[in-house]
Amino acid sequence: MTGLRYVYAVCRPFGAALQSQLTGLGGDPPRLLTHHGLIAVVSHVPERDFAEAPLRAHLEDLEWLTATARTHQLVIDALTAVTTPLPLRLGTVFRDDSGVRTMMEAREDDFHRILDRVQGRVEWGVKVYAESEKHEQEPARPAQPASGRDYLRLRRQQTRATEDSWQKAESFATRIHDMLSAHAEDSRLHAPQNATLSGAPGRNVLNAAYLVPRTASEEFVELVDRMKDDTPGMRVELTGPWAAYSFTQLSDSEEERP
Amino acid sequence: MSMPSRLPDPYGQGSGANLADILERVLDKGIVIAGDIRINLLDIELLTIKLRLIVASVDKAKEMGIDWWEDDPALSTKARRDELSRENAELRERLARLEELEPRRAQEEGS
Repeated sequence: MTGLRYVYAVCRPFGAALQSQLTGLGGDPPRLLTHHGLIAVVSHVPERDFAEAPLRAHLEDLEWLTATARTHQLVIDALTAVTTPLPLRLGTVFRDDSGVRTMMEAREDDFHRILDRVQGRVEWGVKVYAESEKHEQEPARPAQPASGRDYLRLRRQQTRATEDSWQKAESFATRIHDMLSAHAEDSRLHAPQNATLSGAPGRNVLNAAYLVPRTASEEFVELVDRMKDDTPGMRVELTGPWAAYSFTQLSDSEEERP
Repeated sequence: MSMPSRLPDPYGQGSGANLADILERVLDKGIVIAGDIRINLLDIELLTIKLRLIVASVDKAKEMGIDWWEDDPALSTKARRDELSRENAELRERLARLEELEPRRAQEEGS
């Protein structure tokens, strides 16, 4: 038994070698499966983990899922260093090489079209957090309001302060998104991250991805850096360069464009 | 094929990119292809995984001192309850003080 085929990505043939110590899922170094002008990057994985029932069970297991997602991302990352990969969603598994080839043939046109669009480009992730202003507001509230009227006035002030900080965060997020979009070929807004999930302090008010040519990346990074200290109470975080994960929905973006 | 041009050093990748950044991309983005092994990530992804992650990481977040949402009435029903009962107590106390100042009038109104 040779196991199943886990596909990480599809890309065009590239000249450079992958990192030699790169280990994929199941401890298997990623292999390159060439079919027509495309390459599928594949690991041989055991049925006991990747057949339907065990895979379904594993996906409910946070530790397994985390390790698998990290390995998947490591392989995509290694590919991004040498070419422009088209990342597949986690858990794309075929019975054998011929299953992979059949899929590549069926989706050949799509792959070429998306690859044309992302070729030579990377994705940068930018998140903006409004840092909690709780501590700044606290001293303004006396322990005991002197009268009912005082009490109501304080309540109104607090509500207004919350609205103000929300508005400030929104306008900052809009401003940074507009500016970065102007320096990117495409952008996507993702749902804000849950603080408990990301472990990041503050409220995530912008979670965006930008498609940027490699050649323009240095400039893009500098632009983000300059915005970092722009507004007190706002934190800007940059991640990347990622493979163009957020820009693989072909039909979607084509509909958006006039 | 030409080599890709130089990229700035990775930002926050590896240790810095948080788990949410990675899962968000690997599970939610990327091209969807039906493999031979039929797994519908949507079945699991949006509900189970996210819920589990949130549940699993609440304790960890608390350890790290990230618990501000517990005091935020907009995010926590407990904080909302606490705030209401605090307001209630304050109002009751103030009422009692007023009644002490004007015992007769309070009595008349009470009857």
